[in-house]
Amino acid sequence: MYTVPRLDDYSPDALDKPVADLTSALEQESSAVTDEPSWKEFRDHWMARKNGILTQINDLWLKAAPSPRKREVGRRVNELKAKVEAAVEETRERISGAASQAKFKSDALDVTLPGIRRPLGAEHPIVRTMNDIVGVFKAMGYSVAEGPEIETDYYNFESLNFPPDHPARDMQDTIFLAGQAHKPARDRLLLRTHTSPVQIRTMEKQKPPVRVVIPGRVYRNDAPDATHSPMFHQVEGLAVDTNITFCDLKGSLDHAMKSLFGSSVKTRFRPSFFPFTEPSAEVLISCIFCGGGGYQGAARCPNCKASGWIELLGSGMVDPALYGFVGYDPEKYSGFAFGMGVDRIAAMLYGVTDLQLFFNGDVRFLEQFS
Amino acid sequence: MKISPAWLREFVDIPADYRKLADDLTLAGISVESIEDEGARTVYDVDFTPNRVDAMNHYGVARDCAAIYDRDLKPIAPVIPSEREPQASSSRGTPTAQFKIDIQDPQGCARYTARVIRNVRIAPSPEKIAQRLELLGSRAINNVADASNYTLQEIGHPTHCFDLDLLAGGKIVVRRARPGEKLKTLDGVDHILHPDDLVIADAVKPVALAGVMGGFDSMITDRTRNVLIESAWFDPASIRRTARRHAMHTDASHRFERGADLGITPTACARVADLILETAGGQLDPYETDAYARKIERPTLTLRRRAVRRHLGQDIPDTEIARILRRLGFVVTVGRTSAAVPVQSAAPASKGGTHAAAAEEMADFTVQVPTWRLDVEREIDLIEEIARIYGYDRFPNTLPGFVGGVIELPDARKDAKLRASLLGLGYHEAVSLTFISHADAQRFSSATPVEIANPISEEASVMRTSMVPSMLNMLGYNLNRGNAGVRLFESGKIYESMGARTDEQRRLCIGSTGAAIPPSIHAPARQCSFFDLKGDIETLLGSFQFNALYYDANTPDHYRPGRSARAVMDGATVARFGQLHPQVAAERKLRLSAQDIPEIYLAEIDCERLYRHDLRQIRYQAIPRFPAVDRDFSFIFDRTIAFERIQNAIAALRVADLHALVPVEIFRGGAIPAGKYSMLLRATFQSSERTLRDDEVALWSQQIIKSLESLGGTLRSQ
Ligand SMILES: [Zn+2]
Repeated sequence: MYTVPRLDDYSPDALDKPVADLTSALEQESSAVTDEPSWKEFRDHWMARKNGILTQINDLWLKAAPSPRKREVGRRVNELKAKVEAAVEETRERISGAASQAKFKSDALDVTLPGIRRPLGAEHPIVRTMNDIVGVFKAMGYSVAEGPEIETDYYNFESLNFPPDHPARDMQDTIFLAGQAHKPARDRLLLRTHTSPVQIRTMEKQKPPVRVVIPGRVYRNDAPDATHSPMFHQVEGLAVDTNITFCDLKGSLDHAMKSLFGSSVKTRFRPSFFPFTEPSAEVLISCIFCGGGGYQGAARCPNCKASGWIELLGSGMVDPALYGFVGYDPEKYSGFAFGMGVDRIAAMLYGVTDLQLFFNGDVRFLEQFS
Repeated sequence: MKISPAWLREFVDIPADYRKLADDLTLAGISVESIEDEGARTVYDVDFTPNRVDAMNHYGVARDCAAIYDRDLKPIAPVIPSEREPQASSSRGTPTAQFKIDIQDPQGCARYTARVIRNVRIAPSPEKIAQRLELLGSRAINNVADASNYTLQEIGHPTHCFDLDLLAGGKIVVRRARPGEKLKTLDGVDHILHPDDLVIADAVKPVALAGVMGGFDSMITDRTRNVLIESAWFDPASIRRTARRHAMHTDASHRFERGADLGITPTACARVADLILETAGGQLDPYETDAYARKIERPTLTLRRRAVRRHLGQDIPDTEIARILRRLGFVVTVGRTSAAVPVQSAAPASKGGTHAAAAEEMADFTVQVPTWRLDVEREIDLIEEIARIYGYDRFPNTLPGFVGGVIELPDARKDAKLRASLLGLGYHEAVSLTFISHADAQRFSSATPVEIANPISEEASVMRTSMVPSMLNMLGYNLNRGNAGVRLFESGKIYESMGARTDEQRRLCIGSTGAAIPPSIHAPARQCSFFDLKGDIETLLGSFQFNALYYDANTPDHYRPGRSARAVMDGATVARFGQLHPQVAAERKLRLSAQDIPEIYLAEIDCERLYRHDLRQIRYQAIPRFPAVDRDFSFIFDRTIAFERIQNAIAALRVADLHALVPVEIFRGGAIPAGKYSMLLRATFQSSERTLRDDEVALWSQQIIKSLESLGGTLRSQ
């Protein structure tokens, strides 16, 4: 333990050694402090008013110094005083940090354990896909419309240019309601086979310009299996105005497909047939999985069956015959219509290979979409 | 249908290999779905659109090729007998009388062409014909039947061969069936004919179901010596009705009901004769009988350059327009001819819409439609032909200009609000089929269900009258697979029959079973309870603006009494919810196992009623600057006193500075007498204007105690 020596010689040179001794003792004792009690001891040893080392050097060195040397000794003592105070403070900080660190160490959590989650609900993939599609067309200026799922023959077929007993009706295996036989054919009720009746209902209600996008449920008499469902979803669209052309149909759908699937997607239009459009076109997009090359590495792309193209929409210029049913002047107005199956698009986007998964409410399926 | 590119090349010079040809056809509307085999055996599987019956054969596809590649189409030229070697066997008593055709129903049969060949030798077809038929997926039968089938594949017109000696009375009658008449068709099926069925009959009986299938008793057999070839044109609607009535779909009916070529019957008849003479020998009677009961005029159309541009958005050169249409067999004259009909208005109902200008306008082309294009009747039909052959790819992509706003569905914001809340509350969005069984419709609703005439199954025989069965099916699906924690919602419709009308209403259904809070290593699970569900209902309803909302225990009987409630908003029931009645759960086997029978919770929200309310208007309320004072009251009440009555009693005091009244704790049993319960209530007083004085708070507290005592409550402590 360090004790303060009495000084014989107060010359500046002679002061160096006792000052150095004291400083090194201070450092040594400070570094020996490990906890709160030893720190208190250390503090008291050096700073106690009574008999602390600072008090002692004040008494033994400064007070004892001859007058001519007092000034020099006083400076040295003040320096030492500051040093001691700093050392005591630093030591306190050191040991308190260590204490909390020890506590932090002892009560540390295993941060790799899972957190407590409040599970979010998942959007249904079909609703989500349908909303995405509708959103793209809303951004292009289309208003949203809907209509009843139970429709009359007139709206589902006749006004869409499917005459009674016409083979085009075979394309749509229809679910009919019971007890309709006594009604005139056009008033008989059925489950709509497409969202197209809403085109007619919209045009009946409003004059051009018309721009609507129509989401909804539709029905066909198909037994449920991996690729069929008696109920599914469509998004339909209609634009009628003066001067709407086939080039506008192509441009609008090309723009919409790029918005939905990315700007690198290309579209291809090929002739098709729908009773309510003429000319009609089937719209294909370049395969979003293989980029249109048909191959993923060396493997045939299963999504486009290596063709590089995926059929996505039916479309066409509104058949002028429809304008007769809604009282538009076919010499003045023209327009286009399009429709797509939402379930098939959702299945493609998410790699779902069985359509039944969409409709049985299995949480192991649904939760994957949150 | 299968199409052989090698056969196409016999009719037109195609400057493309079979892959390029498949692409080019597809881009012109003849969709090649797949290609089988290679070389001479290459076959396309082609999906024809129903309007293109003219193309459902090799010659028809070749005609489109002629237009696509701008090449000449070789004519079909059957080698008819006068051009063959002279009839050698005229000595052998060949009958000289023309075979009689009597078309008694000109509406059903516009034309009937027939030829007779005598002394044929029935045998298998030669290799060339048999192989070609088999390549196209059609079974070779014998040389006579195959001649008809080969002609069908070649030029598309359905013909039929009868054993002439089995036709009674030496004549053919085309008429409607008589009541009670029967016919066994080639496939061996006996049919009772309907008076609307068009039949081919001999002098006594029906021998064929016209345009659908020949009769069994007059078919070509090994013993056949003399053959009558039928090549006729039948009315599409009539054939379709008969085919559907007898559930028959044949190559012949497929074509007739889509509209066959009225002009080709003699050619098809001669072609069959040509093939029979070549493969079965025999002598052709010198007479062709061609009975023409009704003329069907093909229209002469006016095609305006302006209309082409208006619909397609691009000018197509006149030479290109004329070339395309001529290659497809249309007769095109530039300018208007005197025979041309006036500009057709496509709209039957557009009264007064005739444009003086249109009438004056010079037609740019006059177009005569060929007999095989029954689908082309209007100017727009010609424009489609031009567009598909010109090539859709050659039209630029443009965007139409538009001025106007986007109008959302009226309830879009309410739907979105509820959906976002439910997803946030941890319910998965589900979609289920909207069909249910009769039994479920009765069990869960008093509405008259909408019945389906041709249901997928018994379990799906009506449209749902309630969302509940659909939801229970989904919950059951999960429980059966061991999925214990299920939280679902479905937003959809229910359907009701209202006499002649039907009604569709929006509903929201919630289904939940298992943990309200899932278990983790940090805390155990907490099972879903009535009050978890009620809290969620309060959250959902709280998004709306209303004056008064109360809950009572009035619920339908599929809910468990005492664990279910309804919410009444401004006088209308907007929600019913609670625990599913255990009996219903048991009936539907809603359980994880025989031992593990979880509680099922359901909620039904009537969106139609709820959506009459606006979404809640949000207004900022100043945050109080003065301190709040809490006072607790512990009371014992009779169990018949519902919390709502306590709330109402205190509300009736109208203490302006009573900021909140919250039930803090509830006890039953223990020191509390049977039939009673104890409740700790906390009243919070706060003024927005000043710090409240102790004497004021004491006064209000006394009022509260008094009002609760008047409900029969006993103060335990304060
Ligand atoms: Zn691909």
